[in-house]
Amino acid sequence: MEEFTWRVGGPQGGGIETAATLFARAVAKGGWWVATKREYHSNIMGRHSYLDVRLGRKPVGAFRDRVDFLVALDGETLARHLGEVRPGGVLLYDPKVLDLSVHKLPMLDHRVQEALAERFGKGDPSLKEILAAYAEAGVQPLPYPYEEVADRIGAELGVPSLQTRRTLNTIAVAASLHLLGFPLEPLLEALALQFRGKVLELNEKVAQAVYREEVPRLSLSLRLNGYEPGRVYLTGAQAAALGKLAGGLRFQTYYPISPATDESVYLEAHTNFQGADVAVVQTEDEIAAVTMAIGAALTGARAATATSGPGFSLMAEGMGFAGMIEAPLVVTLYQRGGPSTGLPTRTEQGDLLFAIRGGHGEYPRLVLASGDILDAFLDAQKALAWAWRYQTVVVHLLDKFLASMAQSLPKEALTPLPQNGEKRLAPREGFGPYERYAPAEDGISPFIPLGTPGGFYWMTSDEHDLEGHITEDPVLREYQMEKRMEKLRTARREIPLEDQYTLYRDGDVLVLGFGTVKGTLLEALDHLPGVGYLHLKLLWPFPEIGPLLEGKRLVTVEHNYSGQLADLVQQETLKKVHHRVVKYNGRPITLDEAVEALKAVLAGTAPERLVLRKGV
Amino acid sequence: MVELKLQDYKAEKQPDWCPGCGDYGILSALQMALFELKKNPSQTVVFSGIGCSAKTPHYLNVYGVHTLHGRVLPVAQGAKLANPHLTVVAVGGDGDGLGIGAGHFVASGRRNVDMLYILYDNEVYGLTKGQAGPTLGLGEKTKSLPKPNPQGRINPLLLAFAAGYTWIARGYAYDVKGLKELIKEGITHKGLAFLHVLQPCPTYNDLHTKEWFALRLYKLQEEGYDPYVPEGLSPEELDQKMAKFQEKAAEWGERIPTGVFWKAEVPTFEERLKAYLPRYPEVYPALGQKEALDLEGLLKEFAL
Repeated sequence: MEEFTWRVGGPQGGGIETAATLFARAVAKGGWWVATKREYHSNIMGRHSYLDVRLGRKPVGAFRDRVDFLVALDGETLARHLGEVRPGGVLLYDPKVLDLSVHKLPMLDHRVQEALAERFGKGDPSLKEILAAYAEAGVQPLPYPYEEVADRIGAELGVPSLQTRRTLNTIAVAASLHLLGFPLEPLLEALALQFRGKVLELNEKVAQAVYREEVPRLSLSLRLNGYEPGRVYLTGAQAAALGKLAGGLRFQTYYPISPATDESVYLEAHTNFQGADVAVVQTEDEIAAVTMAIGAALTGARAATATSGPGFSLMAEGMGFAGMIEAPLVVTLYQRGGPSTGLPTRTEQGDLLFAIRGGHGEYPRLVLASGDILDAFLDAQKALAWAWRYQTVVVHLLDKFLASMAQSLPKEALTPLPQNGEKRLAPREGFGPYERYAPAEDGISPFIPLGTPGGFYWMTSDEHDLEGHITEDPVLREYQMEKRMEKLRTARREIPLEDQYTLYRDGDVLVLGFGTVKGTLLEALDHLPGVGYLHLKLLWPFPEIGPLLEGKRLVTVEHNYSGQLADLVQQETLKKVHHRVVKYNGRPITLDEAVEALKAVLAGTAPERLVLRKGV
Repeated sequence: MVELKLQDYKAEKQPDWCPGCGDYGILSALQMALFELKKNPSQTVVFSGIGCSAKTPHYLNVYGVHTLHGRVLPVAQGAKLANPHLTVVAVGGDGDGLGIGAGHFVASGRRNVDMLYILYDNEVYGLTKGQAGPTLGLGEKTKSLPKPNPQGRINPLLLAFAAGYTWIARGYAYDVKGLKELIKEGITHKGLAFLHVLQPCPTYNDLHTKEWFALRLYKLQEEGYDPYVPEGLSPEELDQKMAKFQEKAAEWGERIPTGVFWKAEVPTFEERLKAYLPRYPEVYPALGQKEALDLEGLLKEFAL
């Protein structure tokens, strides 16, 4: 097999994340490249959650419509994921759930219950009927009584079943791999990465016991792919946090919010590493988060905050303050489904235009978006470098999909970038006011951290003069506005083109995307001769891409309702975007959806606006 | 550095407050306090919110940061935590601190960052022409209010106490000398100090005027009130201390106390940060990254 997707579904808090990580590490130890996506509810425990681990012989950055192997840890998974396993695929389920019916699944949304009722032509289909429907669709159902197996292994090992029942994840993963004919050794190595001490010992014994059991031979199998050392496996939130550290971050603020919080918690947990001693402050709200980070930045400390959706709305005023007083500030924005509280744990790219325009008045800001895990690491560093180079706000766009997605990648790709270009005033002897906002052709006056000896100056959120005193003078207003806004032109001139956008392939049909559609579209190109892809990293100031779009049939692919990127491209290039492919159900665009949509474009059958609707 | 004179702490910029405004007295007291404490202007930052009082930093020859409405406390704390060597004073009005900024006022008390917060309280929003501030009493009607105030009054001292401020005092804008001493003590206090300053607004507050205050104000310390809360008090002793504080903090009307109400020694946020930033405050954020990041070490947990 060239590629393979394994999915595990079950109740939140039931350890399915551990299972997915274990599976991903085991196959990675067997030489496969992996990527994992995570879908979960805004809930602590009990609601349905699932993860997909996709394997490939090349690095993986996209996910499929249908999976090859589904591990259903509960009945709800069986009901929800009907139709999500490809014909020829395998379903591993616990036979005890077959006594249930759809109405006995309290967490299953009514909409899904009704859809199932309609499909089966009765009010309350049983899981037996649903199971039969899997089989009819060509899926091979395999009963696997996880808890019974745990009890049996407990008895065999002389360990209380209470303990072995805590290893259901390992049992599910071991059973999957054993069924697929994958060797035990990489799984044992993966367990050693995940657990320590007695827990490791028990999990090892459990995995070995599962492998001793006789299992049916499947048509599917998974072989080793030649292990190479030097790979790492991490999430987008972890990569962004590491990037911030590599970029010299010294101060981070946050208010708890999904999905941004993971980044700050990672930073908090790693302050003991050399060069990583970042002061992390959990504030009372996002208004305090952004303003406290600004206060820290004024002292010369590289400072940032991370937030999502509603938190970003609350930061709008503070960001304008940073723009006005020319404070270097990075706001890492993990987009999620909006508006309002929206879909707290689902993905969206609906904040693009707000990131560019949000807030009252005008100030220069830079907006960049990351497309994958490596981008998240590198872009976090660029965001810090740019904030300090241009002494203004840099919004680093990620989203929930990327935050919780994990990918394996070569360790050497994670290299620190130079952090230079910062203009700082050399302290002087004497006593008197500094001209903080002194004239500068490129708009960048040398930065003077609070505490710089030899003088002082003022800053104000009001319009101000060169020393930072309040002014309402029309001439000074023009001067300051023009000096600040000049930084945008400077940035667009100075930032290397490869940091602005990448034309991965040219084509008469040219797809434009930003952020996390990257991995999906890059793989889609393999199936779409004649289609080009232009990936935008820098969204503001908007790169000069007009000439690249000349004479092309333009298509945007993005996770929002209106096609915000399309609007932006049209506004900035005066080129018509012919097709807007959009998705706003909170689930990331799959490879299959992208290919199908773009094939319709190629065939001339695609409407101007094409809505993608897949996902569970 | 050369020896500075009091005059050196006064900026060239002239205040644009109304004649007779209490802000003048507070500004003078602050200038004198910084001078008497021999604060280095390059190591001192005065932060402010928005409003008449928030123009204060522009009239001082130290670093001045005039922030957003209600946001002075988080900005000031960010700077102080990033560079703990700075002397930080935050100032703002009652609307700024207890209206739009009330959330920060409370949360700051939980942290106890080592700085002084001065709240200028004239009970009105002066810069927007005299609307009711959060400290104006229920049913009170200052001259620019079309109707009596339908909202009740926050007691800043009790709120500061509930939130955890470790030094709580009240001064009066026209008692410049007394105020100067309180500011000095507040700056010197280790932890978050809260100084509530009563201040007539001659333009908009015709209820609580200079004359009104003159008849009522008295000094707690002249009556033997001891604000100090030593460590190791028994629960009963602490209860007594708190009861006395509450009695005095709530006193308003015929007699209004000024002075220091509460002074406790509680670990500062800077000290608490040490728990997970072992080298703080010796290595503090404003210094930048002084040694290479151990990226190799950090990547170990992600290794495959």
